[in-house]
Amino acid sequence: MQDKSFLKDMDLARLIIAAFFILLCVAAIALRLDFAELITSSLARIGMWGVLVLAMLPAIVSGIGPNFGVSLGIVCGLLGGLTALELAYRLEGIVAFSPGMLFFIAMVFSLPFALLVGVGYGWLLNRVKGSEMMIATYVGFSIVSIMKLAWVFLPFKNPEMAWPIGRGVRVQIALANRGMAQLLNNFLAFRIGEVVVPTGLLLTVALAIFLMWLFLRSRTGMAMSTAGSNPRFAEASGITVNRQRIIGTVLSTVLGAVGILIYSQSYGFLQLYEGPMFMPFVAVAAVLIGGASVKKATISHVIIGTVLFLGIQVVAVPVANAFTAEWSSMGEISRKIIQNGVILYALTQAGGE
Amino acid sequence: MAVEPVLRMKGISKSYYGTKVLDSVNLSIMPGEVHGIVGENGAGKSTLMNILFGMNVIHSTGGFEGSIEIAGQPVQIKSPLQAMALGIGMVHQEFMLLPNYSVTENIKLNREVLKPNLASRIFGPRLQSLDYDKMYADARKALKRLNIDIDEYATIAGLPVGYMQFTEIARELDKEHLRILVFDEPTAVLAESEAAHLLEAIKEIAAAGIAVLFITHRLNEIMEVCDNITVLRDGRHVVTKASKDTNVIELAELMVGRSMEFAGRKQHYSHKGRPILEIKQLTVDMPGERVRGVDLTAYEGEILGIGGLAGQGKIGIANGIMGLFPAAGDVKVAGTPLPLNNPSASIAAGLAFVSEDRRGVGLLLNSSIEVNIASGAMFGKKEFIKTWGPFSQVDQAAVRENAQKLIGELDIRCTGPRQLVRQLSGGNQQKVCIARALTMNPKILLVSEPTRGIDVGAKQLVLDTLRRLNEELGMTIVVTSSELAELRSICSRIAIITDGRVAGILKPDDSDVNFGLLMAGQPISKGA
Amino acid sequence: MQSRPMTTSETMLQGRMASARSFLVRNMVTIMFLVLSAVGYKLSGMTPFLFLMDIVARLSRNAFLVLALIIPVMAGMGLNFSIVLGAMAAQAIVIFVTHWGFAGLPGILLSMALVTPLAAILGYLTGSLFNRTKGQEMIAGLILGYFAQGIYELVFLQLVGGIIPMDNSTIIMSSGVGVRTTIDLTNGLKYGLDWPGQYWGNDLLLRPTLPWAIIGMAVALAVGIVIYQLRVDKRQRLGSTQLVLAGIGLAWACWWSVQQIQARTQINWIRVPLLTWLVIAGACVGLHFFSRTKLGQDMRSVGQDRHVAAVAGIDVNRVRIAAIILSMVMAAWGHIIFLQNIGTFSTYGSHEQVGLYSAAALLIGGATVARATIGHALLGTLLFHTLFIVAPAAGRQLFGDAQIGEYFRVFVAYGIIGITLAMHAWKQILQRRSVDQ
Repeated sequence: MQDKSFLKDMDLARLIIAAFFILLCVAAIALRLDFAELITSSLARIGMWGVLVLAMLPAIVSGIGPNFGVSLGIVCGLLGGLTALELAYRLEGIVAFSPGMLFFIAMVFSLPFALLVGVGYGWLLNRVKGSEMMIATYVGFSIVSIMKLAWVFLPFKNPEMAWPIGRGVRVQIALANRGMAQLLNNFLAFRIGEVVVPTGLLLTVALAIFLMWLFLRSRTGMAMSTAGSNPRFAEASGITVNRQRIIGTVLSTVLGAVGILIYSQSYGFLQLYEGPMFMPFVAVAAVLIGGASVKKATISHVIIGTVLFLGIQVVAVPVANAFTAEWSSMGEISRKIIQNGVILYALTQAGGE
Repeated sequence: MAVEPVLRMKGISKSYYGTKVLDSVNLSIMPGEVHGIVGENGAGKSTLMNILFGMNVIHSTGGFEGSIEIAGQPVQIKSPLQAMALGIGMVHQEFMLLPNYSVTENIKLNREVLKPNLASRIFGPRLQSLDYDKMYADARKALKRLNIDIDEYATIAGLPVGYMQFTEIARELDKEHLRILVFDEPTAVLAESEAAHLLEAIKEIAAAGIAVLFITHRLNEIMEVCDNITVLRDGRHVVTKASKDTNVIELAELMVGRSMEFAGRKQHYSHKGRPILEIKQLTVDMPGERVRGVDLTAYEGEILGIGGLAGQGKIGIANGIMGLFPAAGDVKVAGTPLPLNNPSASIAAGLAFVSEDRRGVGLLLNSSIEVNIASGAMFGKKEFIKTWGPFSQVDQAAVRENAQKLIGELDIRCTGPRQLVRQLSGGNQQKVCIARALTMNPKILLVSEPTRGIDVGAKQLVLDTLRRLNEELGMTIVVTSSELAELRSICSRIAIITDGRVAGILKPDDSDVNFGLLMAGQPISKGA
Repeated sequence: MQSRPMTTSETMLQGRMASARSFLVRNMVTIMFLVLSAVGYKLSGMTPFLFLMDIVARLSRNAFLVLALIIPVMAGMGLNFSIVLGAMAAQAIVIFVTHWGFAGLPGILLSMALVTPLAAILGYLTGSLFNRTKGQEMIAGLILGYFAQGIYELVFLQLVGGIIPMDNSTIIMSSGVGVRTTIDLTNGLKYGLDWPGQYWGNDLLLRPTLPWAIIGMAVALAVGIVIYQLRVDKRQRLGSTQLVLAGIGLAWACWWSVQQIQARTQINWIRVPLLTWLVIAGACVGLHFFSRTKLGQDMRSVGQDRHVAAVAGIDVNRVRIAAIILSMVMAAWGHIIFLQNIGTFSTYGSHEQVGLYSAAALLIGGATVARATIGHALLGTLLFHTLFIVAPAAGRQLFGDAQIGEYFRVFVAYGIIGITLAMHAWKQILQRRSVDQ
């Protein structure tokens, strides 16, 4: 009974945000903004974030809640990316990697990091049941800040990555040199009128979503969602709940690693140091906007949330700018308010203890 | 009568969602009287106390009928605070103590002695200082009345449970105008010597003119301290007797009663089959239902009942065997030793469990009927799964087919196999639980509290289902239930659990007296 | 009684032995940071003069903010990350007070008076939010901080100067809309509390040199201890060991100070902002007093067990809201103290790290999510900011790069909070398990 009204409320919140999105779109049309341009960048943004938002799904489904610590996975992905670039540099003249190959290598290198980190992180989260969100947040912050030291000390030699003077790798590492920038975006990309469709990017995201859909219908996937939705029932059915939570955490971390590489190729740079710090909040907010709660999420929540939240971000800035030039920060401000407002709302709906 | 009763409850009736849980109960207590209330689980004791304390659960569900008088004055008790103000105190079954506070701070919790200061004169009374000296003195005084030597400065954490209990009582005694003090199962957590001391203290409290309401399952204690005893059964007031006019045996008989006309089974009291479930020296660490060493054997093809009063450990047996709570001992299923504390092993050994905690353990409320029904076999036995090497997918068609079959067989009323279990009635949810257990194709079906929280009509259906499974499929069933009448209506033998052990095994048509005696922890030979 | 439990004296003896054993374990964090600070100080190669000057400034700047976290911990709400809202309220008021042209001590007093109702309202709203997210107050507080940041930016970046008129070229951006990213408080609120004498030319009275300030504090502390011993119940008095240790400590401090004065060292150039320190001392005394009032006791009751407190008739939600209001008001005052000491602030950034750094400081002082004292707050501020001062210098000495020390200290702040939170959550689960058995 209580659950029902909760679902209804969540739908209401989603409706408000959807209405806001539509309002923005109407305003965009009324202000005669370049609609094709808006759709093009919306598609790219949605594709960029798709896998990172998808990373929330196994976390929520397995019962650890929205993964505020997905920055762990992000850091693993960045590490994989740097290792791949370093490899390309060290083997220069011996092997010439195609951009696609290099991108693949980056993913492969990031996986062992993500698996290892995911297991450890899952182990930790099993020991702090009930406080996962807060602890995940601070574990994420801690990892990002310790990685700042790591970026300085790791023995990368590739001059594309290093500061011209001083120590450590740069804040942003361009992927264009190795042809990896917009690699997926440009794959099979085509135009409909003025709109550019980043086919490869969208296909990759679709593939990831499809694999997740298959996984959730496998025996392990079923066991994981059972463990998440009713741990005591799961134990009574012979499922080891802690194991399933670790599987969920590992999956989420791996998706974070893969997700950041997809994000980075679209963005054109690997962003280090402060870069991953606040990314988890965007992903969390997106899945919540899609209708998920901190306890329940589905694939449709991921898709709807990504489209709504990132769509709003793309459209809000030019609309606000079109009203008055002074409102240049409105896009960023509205993102902050919506993003954190939605997370707060979801927290109040969870009803605490 | 010269003296007015300090408390009189007249014609108290209460329904929850159309189910009557209290039916015209009367209660009247004189100052200085110790009045015992006994009854089985669900007899209405706690509802009666909730009414007396004006608990929110009563008022949010439509209030109650009848009237309450305190010292002759009719009162409307709307909140626990008001009950407190009227001089009604309660010693809770679970401790209401703050572990990091001293004994004194706990005794004076929210009734601290205050003295004004500069800040309180400016910003209001909430900034008054605590007057620790006066608080310690008050605590000392209250403890003294209990005749017990507890250091009022000691911190609660680390004190023995007995001391915690006495701290709770001292808190009530410290309240001014305390007229009625309710003890809810106060000796449940105490060692024997502590319990004896407590009973002494209760007598002393009563001697000081305070009326004491004493709720317990331990009939011996009731006989020892109470002046009068009220027996409740199924929400009805059975009788109020002076304790000198009754005895333990009669009380047990009155408590259990014959609350439901049952068609007892005529056939097989003797066990024809071979032993299929052998339990030796089983101990289970289930909070509130501790099992302290049970020896019990179930024979193939029988329905074995496990009964007993709440808190005695009957619920713990099945939970322990299924690996849901830490257990130790020897359990054999069809001659093979069962590894304990491992739910998967229990499922693999051919046991299926319908939990007493239907909504907590038994079901995935937010999932569909078909998923619930298939889940046990899916995780326990890897059925309903198609595998290709390391990859697997749920076999939707098989899940659907199985669900449709069982929905038909068990007559589950629903809109279809895709309906969410949360939307079903209690009776139909229970049938889903049974369907889930049956899908696992068990050798032995363990069913706990099969009719709890189900309306009367549906109760019979669930019981009939169990009987049919036994008769038609020859399935061995172990039923645990607080409702003796329902055990007697379907079981071939009934084991009564008292104090975590088997007190005795009876036939369904044994006399009420014998059932009552075993439940009260008395040897049968004395009464029968 | 047969199973008679131990007598009180036996329990106490055992307790004392156990506490001696667990002393190191319990204070592991603090001891670790003591060592870390000492090593960092050695590595940094700083002179005592530079170090002390910096630490005096940082203590007076931050201590009050750390104290603002104590009350919510008492009420069982954990680390109150929502104090960022109090800091934002303080900045908002400071912007207006600066715009109106108030300066010095009067400006500070006006700011504090104006910020109190604003912070109280924010505290009420935050407390109400926390009552709907029981058990998740910390994450809610953190996210609320980010949310409020959005609102704050909306108001000061987009509305002030436009919809909210403010005509002041030193505050408003050249476009006419939005507050500038940096506000300079020089000739305004700067040192309003630290150095009120700057306006009437009296230097020494409210800015004693460090040695004299230490001597004064030592004397004040000694008097305070004597009064405490005389006033409180004998069971709450300090033990003889503690008294001897305190005596030695105070005597050493005085002896060291006298030496500095006699030797006319550089240390004598360091000035202590007396008024600020008195305000901090007042807050400490106030907190101690508060914890022994009815409201304070209610908070501690609610903090231990909401259910038991509610059964005893305490209005749990109301007490929790009161805790957040008090914390919020203290945070707002604390941030005003912070701003007047720094003298210039970043409109959209100075408040951001207030929650993080204050919480980290409190925890480094030995507090946990469930227990925090004034001592934890003061010691923690001292240690955390020692690390802050020495880390960049040590980084430069060790690796030739101050940035590394900078990264390290930020990691320490996040890491210490993460570790403490995890330890606390784990301990809670273990406790719950042992209660069940």
